[in-house]
Amino acid sequence: MAFASSEAQFTLSELMVAAAAREIRDGEIVFVGMRLPLIAFVVAKRTHAPNATGLFENGVIRDTPSKELIYTMADPPNILGATQCLEMMGVMTYLQAGRVHLGFLGAAEVDRFGNLNSTQVTGKNGLVRLPGSGGACDIASLARRFVAMIEHSKHRLPERVSYVTSPGNGEGAGWRKKVGLPRGGPSAVITTKAVLRFDESGESYLASNHPGVSVEDVVANTGWKLRVADDVQETAPPSAEELAVIRDYDKEGFWTK
Amino acid sequence: MSKLQSLSSAISAHVPDGSSVALGLQLEQMIPFAAGHEIIRQGKRGLTLIGPISDILFDQMIGAGCVEKVIAAWVGNVMMGSAYNFRRAVENEQIKVFNLTNFTIALALQAGAMGIPFLPTRTALGSDVPKNNPFFYQIFSPFEGKEPLLAVRALVPDVAIVHVQRADANGNAHCWGNFGVMLEAVRAAKKVILIAEEIVAAEVIASDPNRTVIPGFLVTAVVESPLGAHPSPVQGYYKRDDAFFKQYHQETKSKSEFDEWAARWINGVADRDAYAELLGNDRVEGLGVKKHAFAAQTDYGY
Repeated sequence: MAFASSEAQFTLSELMVAAAAREIRDGEIVFVGMRLPLIAFVVAKRTHAPNATGLFENGVIRDTPSKELIYTMADPPNILGATQCLEMMGVMTYLQAGRVHLGFLGAAEVDRFGNLNSTQVTGKNGLVRLPGSGGACDIASLARRFVAMIEHSKHRLPERVSYVTSPGNGEGAGWRKKVGLPRGGPSAVITTKAVLRFDESGESYLASNHPGVSVEDVVANTGWKLRVADDVQETAPPSAEELAVIRDYDKEGFWTK
Repeated sequence: MSKLQSLSSAISAHVPDGSSVALGLQLEQMIPFAAGHEIIRQGKRGLTLIGPISDILFDQMIGAGCVEKVIAAWVGNVMMGSAYNFRRAVENEQIKVFNLTNFTIALALQAGAMGIPFLPTRTALGSDVPKNNPFFYQIFSPFEGKEPLLAVRALVPDVAIVHVQRADANGNAHCWGNFGVMLEAVRAAKKVILIAEEIVAAEVIASDPNRTVIPGFLVTAVVESPLGAHPSPVQGYYKRDDAFFKQYHQETKSKSEFDEWAARWINGVADRDAYAELLGNDRVEGLGVKKHAFAAQTDYGY
């Protein structure tokens, strides 16, 4: 899927990467994750957040993005030039102690309160087993905030996930504190149609719809009655600078085409 | 005392049917595929696999019928998504899966390594991961605050299988790159099979003691197996064979397709040398180091 705009042509994945990159603030410690968030970290580092630090759960800390595109976080280019290579317990220690500002997650389902499922779903023919949590549950539990990225459809955004792999705001305001989670929660869900955000009730609302996608389309393809912000906007397209970084890093578009 | 053994004799001696086996501990790096394939060739049965994530090796061992239980945070093909043998086996209730998270696998192994029954954590509170899961128990801090915590049960694998760059014949090992949960696992396991790209003199290991991540006294058997981690990468030796992971995804969608794949790449080769021959010289050379990047010298002098 591609968009035409007055300034540039870009793909949906490029739009989502740029939106994710803008969630990273300069100087933050970020649990990077793979796929689109990996590119988002590169974009943020090379544009507005040159002082962000990336943590990878396999045990890598980077102050500079890898020079070449990587397919997994343990690829040799992600080790070369790293600030530190260590054990997973080290980076998870920082996460649990509250030193990590932001983490990125993918999932098969995200619900109204930002709870995520990446363990199992029930399809037409019964149970469908998914790969599992990996570090997602840990990031959602312990980072100061997290951002989820997901394909936007009714079955991917149900009212309530069938299995909570990674806790969001649970059942609403105050839930995280009640169950003993020390902090955090979802700050945004970046989908293929929109960006959802969360207010003090713990419930998500439509903050911006992507160019070419109507508010009605977003609402109709969400599994609950999605609230729409009074000042709902169009998601800002990737800038020329952001696009240049994305295309320089993911030259063949493995992650972003 | 030399602990050097061939891969086939190490697997035969130290991985009996019904063992719990920790492997793939450095996540996507240095996965001991050669050892996994030897386990498959020897027809081991009833294994419990333990690992944080497994980039297709667990899937192969499940597809080959070696596995009864999986204790893991994530099983799939990291670059491509799902792994089909794992999915089929879970959906058809052929294997039992215990869902942990990356952090709680690390904590379970660390508890095992420290000889204590559990370690407490704040992760996963409120999620469905601990529900009906024998690895978790809700507790409250005995100290001021009385905060809710999850106790994560200790894991003590019967054997941990790890791949490193170089080791001496006693199993003192140098490794560089990310460690994942390897260090906790080798300290927790009852036995350790250490596989190295190269066996070097003890003096080489002792020349850089800060790079020694496994002391030989933990190690049961030492195996020299160049290319033993292919298609996963070994920093300084070979890069990741991305195409292999893509091909695996495309060629193993059904049980019969997987059987054909395994007949060619696992059961069709006698050992790792034959496997390298099947890969072909061009492919192996293509994965090799093209541009060395040596670390700064370290002066241990005084």
